[in-house]
Amino acid sequence: MDRAATAEKIAALIEPFNKKGVAISDATTFAGDLEFDSLTVMDFVAAIEDDFDIIITMNQQAEIENYGQLVDAVVKLQG
Amino acid sequence: MTDLFSKFDPLIETRRALLATGVTDPFNLVMERVISPTVAMCSGRETILLGTYNYMGMTFDPDVIEAGKQALDDFGAGTTGSRVLNGTYAGHRAVEEALKEFYAMDHAMVFSTGYQANLGIISTIASKGDYIVLDIDSHASIWDGCKMGDAEVVPFKHNDIEAMEKRLKRIPEGAGKLVVLEGVYSMLGDIAPLKEMIRVAKENGAMVLVDEAHSMGFIGPNGRGVAEDQGCLDDVDFVIGTFSKSVGTVGGFCVSNHPKFEIMRLVCRPYVFTASLPPSVVATACTSIRKLMHAGNKRAHLWENSRVLHKGLKDKGFQLGTDEPQSAIISVIMPDLERGAMMWEALLHEGLYVNLARPPATPAGMTLLRCSLCAEHSAEQVQTIIGMFERAGHTAGII
Repeated sequence: MDRAATAEKIAALIEPFNKKGVAISDATTFAGDLEFDSLTVMDFVAAIEDDFDIIITMNQQAEIENYGQLVDAVVKLQG
Repeated sequence: MTDLFSKFDPLIETRRALLATGVTDPFNLVMERVISPTVAMCSGRETILLGTYNYMGMTFDPDVIEAGKQALDDFGAGTTGSRVLNGTYAGHRAVEEALKEFYAMDHAMVFSTGYQANLGIISTIASKGDYIVLDIDSHASIWDGCKMGDAEVVPFKHNDIEAMEKRLKRIPEGAGKLVVLEGVYSMLGDIAPLKEMIRVAKENGAMVLVDEAHSMGFIGPNGRGVAEDQGCLDDVDFVIGTFSKSVGTVGGFCVSNHPKFEIMRLVCRPYVFTASLPPSVVATACTSIRKLMHAGNKRAHLWENSRVLHKGLKDKGFQLGTDEPQSAIISVIMPDLERGAMMWEALLHEGLYVNLARPPATPAGMTLLRCSLCAEHSAEQVQTIIGMFERAGHTAGII
Protein backbone atom coordinates (compact mmCIF):
# COMPACT_ATOMS: atom_id res chain seq x y z
CA MET A 1 0.00 0.00 0.00
CA ASP A 2 1.46 3.40 -0.97
CA ARG A 3 1.75 6.39 1.34
CA ALA A 4 -1.45 8.10 0.16
CA ALA A 5 -3.60 4.99 0.64
CA THR A 6 -2.00 4.27 4.00
CA ALA A 7 -2.58 7.86 5.13
CA GLU A 8 -6.22 7.65 4.07
CA LYS A 9 -6.77 4.46 6.06
CA ILE A 10 -5.07 5.91 9.16
CA ALA A 11 -7.16 9.10 8.84
CA ALA A 12 -10.30 6.96 9.12
CA LEU A 13 -8.87 5.01 12.08
CA ILE A 14 -7.90 8.12 14.02
CA GLU A 15 -11.37 9.69 13.78
CA PRO A 16 -12.97 8.02 16.85
CA PHE A 17 -9.90 9.02 18.92
CA ASN A 18 -9.91 12.64 17.71
CA LYS A 19 -12.53 13.72 20.24
CA LYS A 20 -11.96 17.44 19.79
CA GLY A 21 -12.04 17.29 16.00
CA VAL A 22 -8.50 18.67 15.59
CA ALA A 23 -7.56 19.32 11.94
CA ILE A 24 -4.87 16.76 11.12
CA SER A 25 -1.73 17.35 9.09
CA ASP A 26 1.61 15.54 9.00
CA ALA A 27 2.85 17.89 11.75
CA THR A 28 -0.01 17.14 14.18
CA THR A 29 1.44 15.68 17.39
CA PHE A 30 -0.29 12.94 19.39
CA ALA A 31 0.67 14.08 22.88
CA GLY A 32 0.45 17.83 22.27
CA ASP A 33 -2.20 18.57 19.60
CA LEU A 34 -4.41 15.51 20.03
CA GLU A 35 -3.85 15.24 23.80
CA PHE A 36 -3.64 11.43 23.70
CA ASP A 37 -3.02 9.89 27.13
CA SER A 38 -1.22 6.55 27.48
CA LEU A 39 -4.48 4.58 27.40
CA THR A 40 -5.68 6.28 24.22
CA VAL A 41 -2.28 5.64 22.64
CA MET A 42 -2.61 1.93 23.42
CA ASP A 43 -6.12 1.67 21.93
CA PHE A 44 -5.17 3.72 18.86
CA VAL A 45 -1.99 1.73 18.24
CA ALA A 46 -3.97 -1.52 18.65
CA ALA A 47 -6.52 -0.31 16.08
CA ILE A 48 -3.77 0.42 13.55
CA GLU A 49 -1.92 -2.83 14.30
CA ASP A 50 -5.06 -4.88 13.80
CA ASP A 51 -6.08 -3.08 10.61
CA PHE A 52 -2.67 -3.35 8.92
CA ASP A 53 -1.73 -6.65 10.61
CA ILE A 54 1.58 -5.23 11.86
CA ILE A 55 3.33 -4.67 15.20
CA ILE A 56 4.39 -1.19 16.27
CA THR A 57 6.61 -1.96 19.26
CA MET A 58 7.03 0.45 22.18
CA ASN A 59 10.58 1.01 20.91
CA GLN A 60 9.20 2.17 17.53
CA GLN A 61 6.40 4.18 19.18
CA ALA A 62 9.01 6.18 21.09
CA GLU A 63 10.26 7.54 17.74
CA ILE A 64 6.77 8.54 16.54
CA GLU A 65 5.65 11.95 17.73
CA ASN A 66 3.50 13.26 14.89
CA TYR A 67 1.02 12.02 12.32
CA GLY A 68 3.47 12.15 9.41
CA GLN A 69 5.96 9.98 11.28
CA LEU A 70 3.22 7.45 12.03
CA VAL A 71 2.20 7.20 8.36
CA ASP A 72 5.85 6.76 7.34
CA ALA A 73 6.34 4.07 9.98
CA VAL A 74 3.23 2.14 8.91
CA VAL A 75 4.27 2.32 5.24
CA LYS A 76 7.66 0.92 6.20
CA LEU A 77 6.26 -1.78 8.49
CA GLN A 78 4.03 -3.13 5.74
CA GLY A 79 7.28 -3.91 3.94
CA MET B 1 20.94 27.03 33.24
CA THR B 2 17.92 24.82 32.58
CA ASP B 3 16.54 23.60 35.88
CA LEU B 4 16.36 19.84 35.48
CA PHE B 5 13.55 19.82 38.03
CA SER B 6 11.19 21.91 35.88
CA LYS B 7 9.78 18.68 34.38
CA PHE B 8 8.27 17.92 37.81
CA ASP B 9 6.35 21.23 37.98
CA PRO B 10 2.96 19.76 37.00
CA LEU B 11 3.23 17.14 39.76
CA ILE B 12 4.43 19.71 42.29
CA GLU B 13 1.38 21.82 41.45
CA THR B 14 -1.05 18.86 41.71
CA ARG B 15 0.39 18.06 45.13
CA ARG B 16 0.29 21.69 46.29
CA ALA B 17 -3.35 22.05 45.22
CA LEU B 18 -4.32 18.82 46.98
CA LEU B 19 -2.62 19.76 50.26
CA ALA B 20 -4.07 23.31 50.03
CA THR B 21 -7.51 21.75 50.61
CA GLY B 22 -6.24 20.97 54.12
CA VAL B 23 -6.20 17.21 53.63
CA THR B 24 -3.52 15.11 55.42
CA ASP B 25 -0.70 14.19 53.03
CA PRO B 26 -1.59 10.61 52.02
CA PHE B 27 1.99 9.87 50.95
CA ASN B 28 3.70 10.93 54.16
CA LEU B 29 2.19 8.72 56.86
CA VAL B 30 4.41 7.57 59.71
CA MET B 31 3.75 4.43 61.75
CA GLU B 32 5.03 5.38 65.19
CA ARG B 33 4.65 1.92 66.66
CA VAL B 34 3.59 -1.38 65.12
CA ILE B 35 1.57 -3.48 67.54
CA SER B 36 0.78 -6.49 65.38
CA PRO B 37 0.44 -7.40 61.67
CA THR B 38 -2.96 -5.67 61.71
CA VAL B 39 -2.60 -2.75 64.15
CA ALA B 40 -0.20 0.23 64.41
CA MET B 41 -0.07 3.66 66.05
CA CYS B 42 -0.36 6.50 63.52
CA SER B 43 -0.42 10.14 64.76
CA GLY B 44 -1.03 8.80 68.27
CA ARG B 45 -4.11 6.89 67.10
CA GLU B 46 -4.53 3.12 67.17
CA THR B 47 -5.06 2.22 63.52
CA ILE B 48 -6.20 -0.98 61.84
CA LEU B 49 -3.85 -1.79 58.95
CA LEU B 50 -5.66 -2.64 55.74
CA GLY B 51 -3.02 -1.70 53.21
CA THR B 52 0.20 -3.54 53.97
CA TYR B 53 0.31 -6.63 51.65
CA ASN B 54 1.12 -8.50 54.84
CA TYR B 55 -1.31 -11.16 53.61
CA MET B 56 -0.29 -14.00 55.89
CA GLY B 57 0.64 -11.90 58.93
CA MET B 58 4.13 -13.41 59.19
CA THR B 59 5.86 -10.17 60.31
CA PHE B 60 5.35 -10.96 64.01
CA ASP B 61 5.43 -14.74 63.86
CA PRO B 62 7.49 -15.81 66.93
CA ASP B 63 9.49 -18.46 65.03
CA VAL B 64 10.29 -15.99 62.27
CA ILE B 65 11.48 -13.34 64.72
CA GLU B 66 13.54 -15.85 66.67
CA ALA B 67 15.28 -17.01 63.48
CA GLY B 68 16.14 -13.41 62.62
CA LYS B 69 17.57 -12.70 66.08
CA GLN B 70 19.66 -15.85 65.98
CA ALA B 71 21.06 -14.95 62.55
CA LEU B 72 21.96 -11.45 63.78
CA ASP B 73 23.93 -13.03 66.62
CA ASP B 74 25.56 -15.71 64.49
CA PHE B 75 26.24 -13.89 61.21
CA GLY B 76 26.12 -10.15 61.98
CA ALA B 77 24.11 -7.24 60.63
CA GLY B 78 24.98 -7.46 56.94
CA THR B 79 27.06 -9.22 54.30
CA THR B 80 28.68 -6.11 52.76
CA GLY B 81 29.00 -7.96 49.50
CA SER B 82 27.59 -9.31 46.26
CA ARG B 83 26.11 -12.78 46.07
CA VAL B 84 28.88 -13.78 43.64
CA LEU B 85 31.72 -12.56 45.88
CA ASN B 86 31.54 -12.54 49.68
CA GLY B 87 27.75 -12.13 50.03
CA THR B 88 26.50 -15.72 49.95
CA TYR B 89 26.13 -17.08 53.50
CA ALA B 90 24.60 -20.37 54.60
CA GLY B 91 21.31 -18.52 55.07
CA HIS B 92 21.13 -17.42 51.42
CA ARG B 93 21.55 -21.02 50.30
CA ALA B 94 19.00 -22.16 52.89
CA VAL B 95 16.32 -19.74 51.72
CA GLU B 96 16.90 -20.80 48.10
CA GLU B 97 16.46 -24.43 49.18
CA ALA B 98 13.22 -23.47 50.94
CA LEU B 99 11.94 -21.77 47.77
CA LYS B 100 12.78 -24.80 45.63
CA GLU B 101 10.77 -26.97 48.02
CA PHE B 102 7.92 -24.46 48.28
CA TYR B 103 7.45 -24.34 44.49
CA ALA B 104 8.72 -27.89 43.76
CA MET B 105 11.11 -26.40 41.19
CA ASP B 106 14.74 -27.12 40.34
CA HIS B 107 16.27 -23.65 40.71
CA ALA B 108 15.80 -20.61 42.91
CA MET B 109 17.67 -17.32 42.84
CA VAL B 110 17.23 -14.68 45.53
CA PHE B 111 17.52 -10.95 44.81
CA SER B 112 17.67 -8.06 47.25
CA THR B 113 14.12 -6.90 46.32
CA GLY B 114 11.21 -8.08 44.19
CA TYR B 115 11.74 -5.05 41.98
CA GLN B 116 15.27 -6.19 41.24
CA ALA B 117 14.09 -9.72 40.50
CA ASN B 118 11.85 -8.49 37.67
CA LEU B 119 14.38 -5.91 36.55
CA GLY B 120 17.19 -8.45 36.45
CA ILE B 121 15.49 -11.49 34.96
CA ILE B 122 13.51 -9.68 32.25
CA SER B 123 16.34 -7.42 31.11
CA THR B 124 18.79 -10.32 31.02
CA ILE B 125 16.81 -13.06 29.28
CA ALA B 126 15.20 -10.87 26.58
CA SER B 127 17.82 -8.99 24.58
CA LYS B 128 18.31 -7.39 21.19
CA GLY B 129 16.13 -8.96 18.50
CA ASP B 130 13.90 -10.74 21.06
CA TYR B 131 10.30 -9.72 21.72
CA ILE B 132 8.60 -9.17 25.08
CA VAL B 133 4.81 -9.40 24.93
CA LEU B 134 3.26 -8.08 28.14
CA ASP B 135 0.01 -6.97 29.73
CA ILE B 136 -0.42 -3.18 29.64
CA ASP B 137 -1.25 -3.14 33.38
CA SER B 138 2.08 -4.73 34.34
CA HIS B 139 3.91 -3.54 37.46
CA ALA B 140 6.53 -0.79 37.19
CA SER B 141 9.34 -3.28 37.87
CA ILE B 142 8.31 -5.27 34.77
CA TRP B 143 8.21 -2.16 32.58
CA ASP B 144 11.58 -1.06 33.94
CA GLY B 145 13.02 -4.51 33.21
CA CYS B 146 11.77 -4.14 29.61
CA LYS B 147 13.30 -0.68 29.36
CA MET B 148 16.64 -1.79 30.73
CA GLY B 149 16.99 -4.61 28.18
CA ASP B 150 17.24 -4.19 24.43
CA ALA B 151 14.29 -6.34 23.38
CA GLU B 152 11.33 -5.12 21.34
CA VAL B 153 8.43 -4.43 23.71
CA VAL B 154 4.86 -5.19 22.67
CA PRO B 155 2.05 -4.50 25.15
CA PHE B 156 -1.50 -5.81 24.87
CA LYS B 157 -4.81 -4.84 26.48
CA HIS B 158 -5.22 -6.06 30.06
CA ASN B 159 -6.10 -9.77 30.32
CA ASP B 160 -7.12 -9.80 26.61
CA ILE B 161 -6.18 -13.26 25.31
CA GLU B 162 -7.08 -12.47 21.71
CA ALA B 163 -5.03 -9.25 21.67
CA MET B 164 -2.06 -11.18 23.08
CA GLU B 165 -2.42 -13.96 20.51
CA LYS B 166 -2.63 -11.55 17.55
CA ARG B 167 0.58 -9.85 18.62
CA LEU B 168 2.40 -13.12 19.15
CA LYS B 169 1.44 -14.25 15.65
CA ARG B 170 2.80 -11.04 14.08
CA ILE B 171 6.29 -11.46 15.56
CA PRO B 172 8.86 -12.30 12.86
CA GLU B 173 9.70 -15.97 12.39
CA GLY B 174 12.62 -17.17 14.50
CA ALA B 175 12.66 -14.28 17.00
CA GLY B 176 12.87 -15.12 20.71
CA LYS B 177 9.60 -14.47 22.55
CA LEU B 178 8.90 -13.84 26.22
CA VAL B 179 5.35 -13.42 27.49
CA VAL B 180 5.16 -11.57 30.83
CA LEU B 181 2.03 -11.95 32.96
CA GLU B 182 1.00 -11.44 36.58
CA GLY B 183 -1.12 -13.80 38.68
CA VAL B 184 -2.85 -11.04 40.63
CA TYR B 185 -2.87 -7.47 39.32
CA SER B 186 -2.40 -5.41 42.45
CA MET B 187 -4.32 -2.28 41.57
CA LEU B 188 -7.78 -3.79 41.09
CA GLY B 189 -7.03 -7.13 42.75
CA ASP B 190 -8.14 -9.09 39.69
CA ILE B 191 -6.48 -12.30 38.52
CA ALA B 192 -5.32 -13.33 35.04
CA PRO B 193 -6.78 -16.21 33.00
CA LEU B 194 -3.32 -17.78 33.13
CA LYS B 195 -4.27 -21.26 31.92
CA GLU B 196 -5.62 -19.99 28.62
CA MET B 197 -2.98 -17.28 28.18
CA ILE B 198 -0.09 -19.66 28.87
CA ARG B 199 -1.55 -22.22 26.45
CA VAL B 200 -1.69 -19.57 23.71
CA ALA B 201 1.82 -18.35 24.56
CA LYS B 202 3.23 -21.88 24.32
CA GLU B 203 1.39 -22.60 21.05
CA ASN B 204 3.15 -19.57 19.64
CA GLY B 205 6.60 -20.62 20.80
CA ALA B 206 7.01 -18.13 23.65
CA MET B 207 8.63 -18.61 27.04
CA VAL B 208 6.45 -17.47 29.94
CA LEU B 209 7.30 -15.42 33.02
CA VAL B 210 4.62 -14.95 35.69
CA ASP B 211 4.90 -12.50 38.56
CA GLU B 212 3.12 -14.10 41.52
CA ALA B 213 4.04 -11.40 44.07
CA HIS B 214 0.46 -10.90 45.28
CA SER B 215 -0.61 -14.55 45.31
CA MET B 216 2.28 -16.39 47.00
CA GLY B 217 1.35 -18.03 50.27
CA PHE B 218 -2.35 -17.51 49.74
CA ILE B 219 -3.69 -18.57 46.32
CA GLY B 220 -3.47 -22.19 45.18
CA PRO B 221 -3.66 -25.42 47.22
CA ASN B 222 -0.02 -25.01 48.35
CA GLY B 223 0.07 -21.23 48.16
CA ARG B 224 2.20 -21.29 45.01
CA GLY B 225 -0.01 -18.78 43.27
CA VAL B 226 -2.59 -18.32 40.55
CA ALA B 227 -0.76 -20.62 38.09
CA GLU B 228 -0.92 -23.44 40.64
CA ASP B 229 -4.58 -22.69 41.30
CA GLN B 230 -5.39 -22.92 37.58
CA GLY B 231 -3.27 -26.06 37.15
CA CYS B 232 -0.68 -24.56 34.78
CA LEU B 233 2.36 -23.96 36.98
CA ASP B 234 4.31 -26.67 35.11
CA ASP B 235 4.05 -24.58 31.93
CA VAL B 236 5.50 -21.45 33.54
CA ASP B 237 9.18 -21.03 32.69
CA PHE B 238 9.94 -18.38 35.33
CA VAL B 239 8.02 -17.45 38.47
CA ILE B 240 8.93 -14.11 40.03
CA GLY B 241 8.05 -13.46 43.65
CA THR B 242 8.83 -11.36 46.67
CA PHE B 243 9.52 -11.71 50.38
CA SER B 244 7.88 -8.34 51.10
CA LYS B 245 4.27 -9.52 51.01
CA SER B 246 3.13 -12.91 52.38
CA VAL B 247 6.64 -13.83 53.51
CA GLY B 248 6.72 -10.71 55.69
CA THR B 249 10.24 -9.34 55.18
CA VAL B 250 12.06 -7.98 52.10
CA GLY B 251 13.71 -9.58 49.08
CA GLY B 252 12.80 -11.00 45.69
CA PHE B 253 13.29 -14.24 43.80
CA CYS B 254 12.92 -16.19 40.61
CA VAL B 255 12.23 -19.94 40.54
CA SER B 256 12.54 -22.00 37.38
CA ASN B 257 13.00 -25.48 35.96
CA HIS B 258 15.12 -24.24 33.06
CA PRO B 259 18.17 -26.56 32.89
CA LYS B 260 20.56 -23.64 32.27
CA PHE B 261 19.04 -21.35 34.89
CA GLU B 262 22.12 -21.18 37.15
CA ILE B 263 24.03 -19.12 34.55
CA MET B 264 21.76 -16.22 35.56
CA ARG B 265 23.92 -15.76 38.65
CA LEU B 266 26.81 -14.64 36.47
CA VAL B 267 25.04 -12.60 33.79
CA CYS B 268 22.21 -10.86 35.64
CA ARG B 269 23.51 -7.41 36.61
CA PRO B 270 20.92 -6.49 39.29
CA TYR B 271 21.96 -9.75 41.01
CA VAL B 272 25.71 -9.30 40.65
CA PHE B 273 26.22 -5.59 41.20
CA THR B 274 24.47 -5.09 44.54
CA ALA B 275 24.92 -6.30 48.10
CA SER B 276 23.06 -9.44 49.14
CA LEU B 277 20.29 -9.46 51.75
CA PRO B 278 21.34 -9.29 55.43
CA PRO B 279 21.60 -12.66 57.22
CA SER B 280 18.68 -11.83 59.52
CA VAL B 281 16.44 -11.15 56.51
CA VAL B 282 17.18 -14.42 54.74
CA ALA B 283 16.75 -16.29 58.04
CA THR B 284 13.32 -14.76 58.65
CA ALA B 285 12.33 -15.39 55.01
CA CYS B 286 13.45 -19.02 55.16
CA THR B 287 11.50 -19.73 58.36
CA SER B 288 8.44 -17.93 57.04
CA ILE B 289 8.44 -19.76 53.68
CA ARG B 290 8.67 -23.14 55.44
CA LYS B 291 5.75 -22.22 57.69
CA LEU B 292 3.71 -21.03 54.68
CA MET B 293 3.91 -24.55 53.24
CA HIS B 294 1.56 -25.67 56.01
CA ALA B 295 -0.74 -22.65 56.29
CA GLY B 296 -3.97 -24.10 54.89
CA ASN B 297 -6.10 -22.84 57.78
CA LYS B 298 -4.74 -19.32 57.49
CA ARG B 299 -5.38 -19.36 53.75
CA ALA B 300 -8.99 -20.39 54.37
CA HIS B 301 -9.48 -17.60 56.93
CA LEU B 302 -7.98 -15.01 54.57
CA TRP B 303 -10.35 -16.07 51.80
CA GLU B 304 -13.23 -15.73 54.26
CA ASN B 305 -12.05 -12.20 55.19
CA SER B 306 -11.82 -11.27 51.52
CA ARG B 307 -15.35 -12.51 50.78
CA VAL B 308 -16.87 -10.77 53.83
CA LEU B 309 -15.19 -7.42 53.15
CA HIS B 310 -16.03 -7.50 49.45
CA LYS B 311 -19.70 -8.23 50.10
CA GLY B 312 -19.86 -5.74 52.99
CA LEU B 313 -18.47 -2.86 50.94
CA LYS B 314 -20.56 -3.75 47.89
CA ASP B 315 -23.73 -3.85 50.00
CA LYS B 316 -22.92 -0.38 51.41
CA GLY B 317 -22.88 0.97 47.86
CA PHE B 318 -19.16 1.27 47.13
CA GLN B 319 -17.89 0.69 43.61
CA LEU B 320 -15.28 -2.08 43.66
CA GLY B 321 -12.50 -3.10 41.28
CA THR B 322 -13.89 -6.62 40.76
CA ASP B 323 -17.45 -8.01 40.78
CA GLU B 324 -16.35 -10.94 42.91
CA PRO B 325 -13.42 -11.19 45.33
CA GLN B 326 -10.53 -12.74 43.37
CA SER B 327 -7.60 -12.15 45.75
CA ALA B 328 -6.76 -10.58 49.11
CA ILE B 329 -6.96 -7.14 47.50
CA ILE B 330 -10.27 -5.28 47.50
CA SER B 331 -10.04 -2.06 45.53
CA VAL B 332 -12.56 0.72 46.11
CA ILE B 333 -12.92 3.08 43.15
CA MET B 334 -12.99 6.82 43.98
CA PRO B 335 -14.52 9.48 41.70
CA ASP B 336 -11.34 11.61 41.62
CA LEU B 337 -8.08 12.27 43.47
CA GLU B 338 -9.47 15.05 45.68
CA ARG B 339 -12.42 13.05 46.96
CA GLY B 340 -10.23 9.95 47.17
CA ALA B 341 -7.86 11.85 49.45
CA MET B 342 -10.82 13.11 51.53
CA MET B 343 -12.13 9.59 51.93
CA TRP B 344 -8.65 8.31 52.76
CA GLU B 345 -8.33 10.95 55.49
CA ALA B 346 -11.82 10.24 56.85
CA LEU B 347 -10.84 6.56 57.14
CA LEU B 348 -7.62 7.49 58.92
CA HIS B 349 -9.65 9.51 61.42
CA GLU B 350 -11.82 6.45 61.94
CA GLY B 351 -8.62 4.53 62.71
CA LEU B 352 -8.16 2.65 59.43
CA TYR B 353 -5.21 2.71 57.05
CA VAL B 354 -5.66 1.80 53.36
CA ASN B 355 -3.50 2.64 50.32
CA LEU B 356 -4.45 5.66 48.26
CA ALA B 357 -3.40 4.74 44.73
CA ARG B 358 -3.32 7.26 41.92
CA PRO B 359 -1.99 7.53 38.36
CA PRO B 360 0.48 6.55 36.97
CA ALA B 361 0.34 3.49 39.25
CA THR B 362 -3.34 2.89 38.49
CA PRO B 363 -4.95 1.80 35.21
CA ALA B 364 -7.19 4.18 33.24
CA GLY B 365 -6.26 7.19 35.39
CA MET B 366 -8.30 5.88 38.33
CA THR B 367 -7.99 6.93 41.96
CA LEU B 368 -8.32 3.87 44.20
CA LEU B 369 -8.51 3.08 47.88
CA ARG B 370 -6.79 -0.25 47.87
CA CYS B 371 -7.43 -2.60 50.76
CA SER B 372 -5.22 -5.63 51.32
CA LEU B 373 -6.45 -8.12 53.86
CA CYS B 374 -4.42 -10.17 56.29
CA ALA B 375 -5.01 -13.72 57.56
CA GLU B 376 -4.57 -12.21 61.04
CA HIS B 377 -7.52 -9.83 60.66
CA SER B 378 -10.20 -11.23 62.96
CA ALA B 379 -13.81 -11.57 61.80
CA GLU B 380 -14.66 -8.75 64.26
CA GLN B 381 -11.99 -6.47 62.76
CA VAL B 382 -13.47 -7.00 59.29
CA GLN B 383 -16.91 -5.96 60.59
CA THR B 384 -15.34 -2.91 62.29
CA ILE B 385 -13.67 -2.02 58.96
CA ILE B 386 -16.99 -2.17 57.10
CA GLY B 387 -18.52 0.19 59.67
CA MET B 388 -15.59 2.61 59.32
CA PHE B 389 -15.99 2.61 55.54
CA GLU B 390 -19.70 3.35 55.84
CA ARG B 391 -19.19 6.35 58.17
CA ALA B 392 -16.22 7.72 56.20
CA GLY B 393 -18.12 7.21 52.94
CA HIS B 394 -20.89 9.44 54.21
CA THR B 395 -18.42 12.03 55.57
CA ALA B 396 -16.62 12.24 52.21
CA GLY B 397 -19.84 12.07 50.19
CA ILE B 398 -18.81 8.90 48.36
CA ILE B 399 -21.95 6.92 49.23
